Amino acid sequence: MPFIANTDTDRQAMLAALGCPSMEELWKRANVPAPTFDFSQLPEGKSEFEAARHLQHLAGKNATDLVCFMGMGYYDHFIPAAVAEILGQSGFYTAYTPYQAEASQGTLQAIFEWQSAICRLTGMEVSNASLYDGGTAVFEAMAMALRVGKRREIVISDAISPIFREMLKCYSANLNCQIKYIPACEEKSDQESLLAAVTDQTACVIVQYPNVFGTMEAWADTVGAIKAKGALAVCVSYPTALALLKTPGELGFDIVVGEGQPLGLPLSFGGPYLGYMCTSMKLMRKMPGRIVGQAKDAQGRIGYVLTMQAREQHIRRENAMSNICSNENLCALGALAYMTLLGKEGLRNVAELCLSKAHYAMERLTAISGVQRIGDSPFFNEFVLRLPGDAGEIAGRLVCKGFAAGMPLGKYYPGRENQLLVSVTEKRSRAEINLLADHLEAVL
Amino acid sequence: MKRYAKSHEWVEVVDNSATVGISKFAAEELGDVTYLEMPELGSEIKAGEMLGSIESVKAASDIFAPIGGTVIAVNEALATDPAILNQSPEEEEGWICRLEKINAADLAKLMSEAEYLEFVRK
Amino acid sequence: MKLIYDLSVPGRRGVRLPECDVPEKNSTDLPENLRRSEAAALPEVSELDAVRHFTLLSRQNMGVDTHFYPLGSCTMKYNPKINERVAALPGFAELHPLLPQLRNGNALCQGALEVLYETERLLSTLTGFAATTLQPMAGASGELTSVMMFAAYHKARGDQKRKIILIPDSAHGTNPASAVAAGFVCQEIPSNAEGDIDIEKLKAVLSDQVAGIMLTCPNTLGFFNQKVEEVTLLVHEAGGLAYCDGANFNAILGRIRPGDLGFDAMHMNTHKTFSTPHGGGGPGAGAVGVAARLIPFLPKSRVVKNAEDTFELCYDFPQSIGYVAPFYGNFGILLRAYTYLLMCGCKGFQRISENAVLNANYVRFLLAPYYEQKYERSCMHECVLSASRQTTRGVHALDIAKALLDAGFHAPTIYFPLIVPEALMVEPTETESKQTLDEFCDAMIAIAKEAEKNPEQVKRCPQSTPVGRLDEVAAARQPVLTAR
Repeated sequence: MPFIANTDTDRQAMLAALGCPSMEELWKRANVPAPTFDFSQLPEGKSEFEAARHLQHLAGKNATDLVCFMGMGYYDHFIPAAVAEILGQSGFYTAYTPYQAEASQGTLQAIFEWQSAICRLTGMEVSNASLYDGGTAVFEAMAMALRVGKRREIVISDAISPIFREMLKCYSANLNCQIKYIPACEEKSDQESLLAAVTDQTACVIVQYPNVFGTMEAWADTVGAIKAKGALAVCVSYPTALALLKTPGELGFDIVVGEGQPLGLPLSFGGPYLGYMCTSMKLMRKMPGRIVGQAKDAQGRIGYVLTMQAREQHIRRENAMSNICSNENLCALGALAYMTLLGKEGLRNVAELCLSKAHYAMERLTAISGVQRIGDSPFFNEFVLRLPGDAGEIAGRLVCKGFAAGMPLGKYYPGRENQLLVSVTEKRSRAEINLLADHLEAVL
Repeated sequence: MKRYAKSHEWVEVVDNSATVGISKFAAEELGDVTYLEMPELGSEIKAGEMLGSIESVKAASDIFAPIGGTVIAVNEALATDPAILNQSPEEEEGWICRLEKINAADLAKLMSEAEYLEFVRK
Repeated sequence: MKLIYDLSVPGRRGVRLPECDVPEKNSTDLPENLRRSEAAALPEVSELDAVRHFTLLSRQNMGVDTHFYPLGSCTMKYNPKINERVAALPGFAELHPLLPQLRNGNALCQGALEVLYETERLLSTLTGFAATTLQPMAGASGELTSVMMFAAYHKARGDQKRKIILIPDSAHGTNPASAVAAGFVCQEIPSNAEGDIDIEKLKAVLSDQVAGIMLTCPNTLGFFNQKVEEVTLLVHEAGGLAYCDGANFNAILGRIRPGDLGFDAMHMNTHKTFSTPHGGGGPGAGAVGVAARLIPFLPKSRVVKNAEDTFELCYDFPQSIGYVAPFYGNFGILLRAYTYLLMCGCKGFQRISENAVLNANYVRFLLAPYYEQKYERSCMHECVLSASRQTTRGVHALDIAKALLDAGFHAPTIYFPLIVPEALMVEPTETESKQTLDEFCDAMIAIAKEAEKNPEQVKRCPQSTPVGRLDEVAAARQPVLTAR
């Protein structure tokens, strides 16, 4: 029986106290009709042992032994063992949302530390407690820009993740706004066209840095020009890259969002992930999500509380900043643990290794006849290869050799069927990269 | 002489300008005020339109214009010390904003202090 | 406790990485205008200091593993440890979500796709819906997904008039917030004296401008509305759709299927009903079951089973509302729910709701002499008490909650639902024993007596927690939201 404590004796005693002859009678008293469906159609319950064995069997049917060069926002980074230990502390994972602050100082202080960490990484002034994932974070940034003023236009660079683009399409379908997508140019965002598309009706411009193709671009001037036209500048950013890159805060962005999975969260076939959102103190009250602030008790002891809840759905209801209720608390904690265990130098080290290995991989792969890199802009740990044939088909052949060689772009970018987005993290050894190059050469 | 709206704002008119605030009842209902969102200077508001909002730890309430007019001043002191609104909502320091070019006809739809207190009692 | 930043000492390091085995590059290889000027001021501590810090922090929390946690509508049931083991299996944890995008990529994740498929089937059967999407990443996300499908449904029929969503005044705040996020306007319907939706008032507002209704079933007071089928029928007759907020599904699991009551969509919280951990506020998963007429609008992709009993992802749904999640949902969470579903089995589901309902009624019975109850009827899996009697002595629901913390229990939900003044909503769940319930009720009774005799003492609580009541007003007036 699924973790039910009471025995028949306990139940009889409780029913007797209620003056209720049977459970069926109690259901009647609660106005609940008899079942009309025959639940015995469902399978019998398995014991823990049987369930575990079944799941082990299913786990064995997934190809996790492929050497991974896939990214596009979701990366195979090294996760220190201590992260799982920390998240496995029952005080963290079996606790609820910290509405009773005195009983939840662990969660609250941890979120405060997370907020601080992501602000330091992005160069921004304030962060929320996290959102579901990068895609919803981008949407929430867009919604926030629409709330701030009366403008209804959104301009988005098509060099942002196509996954985020799809999610934006879904969430904005019923909103009163117009979205303009500005196509990318090869491996670059088209900054000129982006700026030209900004009118006095534009609420915000959304760009990705580094962009989806891995390219690092200089945004300072464009951001200045966007803001001069009265629109907000929104940056979507791969957090690991920020360990080396000039921060979005320094570049003048108003809102910074992104996917926090690279910060110590397992790939886990699509989730749970982690959306982060940071902004300026000036815009802070328009930001959705939970926020933790410092507070004092009557004895002057410092503690932490959920603050500015008047923005949230349980108070504002239909006037809330967002409908969001949960954050991704445990995931934010995982990212905090990761950033703490690696630390200031460690995260920079990770980024340097990614940069180094990606450049080495690019050299080796483009040395193969028929393989070229698209463009020559500076890149972080991802780059696009033009292959002499359908990228999906070629990558498929490399699977048999034990490699997930990259993401074929054709699915999300019509016209780029021959292009493969290759991502390299600190986990990829020189030997693995060399092998990938050898195999690619062989299959072509 | 203050006039009161059903949405708990008061307005005091002198010639063609008016001062707007919230009633003692409203301030008590809200609890400790933590933040005010003020209207933009120069905005033209009609009676019943949203002027701004008041937040406390547990609640948020919109402020509605009791009469129409143009916003010419907001009480900056409330930004630094929102507690003033709890201490003196109906006194001089508790003013929220001032309007000019008011629509005097709107005053007729409002209540006197006595009528408002009766309304609140119910 | 000190912040991790206060524990940092320049130069200290935690985990090390391998040496670089390729030509090294660092920020000096980046163009100057792209280079970060100073490394991010992240903590600098040893691994031991990090582990110690977080372990101590975790002990400053109450959790289900250490405390009875009767939060109404949150279903704080035990989180099975086998779930954690399964989610951590490398065959699942290390699986890249983009693998299916490779040619024949579905073959690379048959185990994961089977988990998704089987979970979808089980949930659909349990709830009486034709199909279920596992994409929404939390309850509120599930609500939004549902109303977005409502919007798509009406749009597909060429019906542009339906802009209104009806919501009872007892609803959770996420309901109206979600409706607005989907482009609708909300209209509130009052509840009657029994805490149920008022049918006559409903009839008065139904029109061809109503897109649908959002009902919590069982409702937010913990009651089952016998007239629920009448409500969904009325709404359908008016051309609208009916959504069920399934936050309280634990009360009717294995007995009643909302799909059989005429609902068109329902969200479930895996972190409530299906034992996935709350994590201090997420991650969760908010699966949504739908009736046949909404299937075309489900988010994509969906997992389909082929004739050869293999699974694949299908994106060919032209009327789908699109991507609600980046991929297939919070897979790691769904895995835990699936494991739990397998262990419950047909008889298990029934036992869960029975014991949940019995436990809540038992608590209600024991506390009835001491705490007001606005509704004199048997409850479901949660009971709503009121501290209104205690307020005559100056003691409020908040004070009682804090006193419970000192007594070693997490407080119930307070001040919700809004239609009960000084509400205390207690949901024991089926995983708690009679013994624990007796201890809890003893504590509640002791507090009620203390509130009579010595109200000041109750108002001083909590005294045994790491910090006392915090000045939330000052925190909101002068926000400090990051470490200096």
